[in-house]
Amino acid sequence: MNAIVEWFTDPANWTGPDGVPTRLGEHLFYTLLALSIAALIAIPIGLWIGHTGRGGFAVVSLANSLRALPTFGVLVLLANSFGIGLAPPIVALVVLAIPPVLAGTYAGVQAVDRAIVDAARGMGMGEREILTRVELPNGLPLIIGGLRSATLQIIATATIAAYVALGGLGRYIIDGLSVRDFAEMAAGSILLALLAIVTDLVLAGLQRALVSPGLRPAQASRPRPRRLRAVA
Amino acid sequence: MNWGWIPRNLGLVAELTVEHSWLALLPLLLGLLISVPLAWLATRTPLARSVLVTATGLLYTVPSLALIVMLPLLLGLQILDPLNLVVALTIYTVALLVRSIADALDAVPSVVVAAATAMGYTPLRRFVAVEMPLAIPVTVAGLRVAAVSNMSLVTVGAIVGLGGLGLLFTDGFQRDIPAEIITGIVVVLVLALIVDALLLVVGRLITPWARTGQAAGRQR
Repeated sequence: MNAIVEWFTDPANWTGPDGVPTRLGEHLFYTLLALSIAALIAIPIGLWIGHTGRGGFAVVSLANSLRALPTFGVLVLLANSFGIGLAPPIVALVVLAIPPVLAGTYAGVQAVDRAIVDAARGMGMGEREILTRVELPNGLPLIIGGLRSATLQIIATATIAAYVALGGLGRYIIDGLSVRDFAEMAAGSILLALLAIVTDLVLAGLQRALVSPGLRPAQASRPRPRRLRAVA
Repeated sequence: MNWGWIPRNLGLVAELTVEHSWLALLPLLLGLLISVPLAWLATRTPLARSVLVTATGLLYTVPSLALIVMLPLLLGLQILDPLNLVVALTIYTVALLVRSIADALDAVPSVVVAAATAMGYTPLRRFVAVEMPLAIPVTVAGLRVAAVSNMSLVTVGAIVGLGGLGLLFTDGFQRDIPAEIITGIVVVLVLALIVDALLLVVGRLITPWARTGQAAGRQR
């Protein structure tokens, strides 16, 4: 334990290309980059599928079967095929982040009470308006939920990507392992746990801030009438 | 692509598959055994529930490699002890299951619980014979998610030198044998699909009422 405290208080570990600020910055950069690309691809597709109801089964099956894909294997295979560097691991992170975002967006839009959508249509809203002003805000809790699990997935996988020479906080674990420096490994894993927990809390706060207050009591007091869809 | 690697190493693949399976499934069983009483506790008091949900939620966010590296220090084990991996995956399984089982227990209609009480069931017997069976479908759904994710997570252990099919990834990467890496990915996928299907079938078999009762039981 003393060695870990020593590692954290050693000024050498807080500066330079292998310092905590740099490694943390790298990790955040990979996470944001992969999440943004995944969101740009998955959210529009999820919205469209949720709105039209077409291909929903395929999305859910795809998301479920991709969960079985060993992320470490995908990373290693991509690095082996396309060489080490930034692109192969980022591609792997994006591929792994798409299913949760897609499933969350689809489920969010799909779970919106059909009566609300019908009311919007009755009020004269066009399809685009229904999607952006009714389905999107109503589905936001599940959409952000999908982004949250994708983010955790990316942070965890970016850690493993240090094995295929990516930077970020995972470097401390991989580098520490190669020289049997257990203090460095432990410090890296503590930093990673903190990063993941803080990020998730921030996203939870964001979820609370962005979701319309009108949705909260309604969600708690009555279960969503999912079956209405089959009846209508 | 040296596909010749596969026929030459079938024995190794089989050996690692067996090791991989128990490394993934033992935590699943342990996780289930731990989750049921915890979920029961969560349904008793709101305080226990919020503590359990928060604690398991936090544990679930910790990246797998970080947890595998941290556990030897916390448990006083050698880094190469497979027990680290078993404990890490048990933690993830519990984190996944506690919340969903607690929700499922809450969803048991209160009239059913009241009827069982009126028939003379003691609280423990009522839990075992009435409430828990009604929570099986949700529990099985949670177990399927945990089983599939465990199958994939075991491979992360190979980074620190633990066993299982992940060794095909580290070895294939170091010796530049793509066929070895692909074999590992495919076998892990197949294992996950088999366990997922098995759990689905077992879940259906032990809840015969869910099949016949779904249409009739909903009506009042």
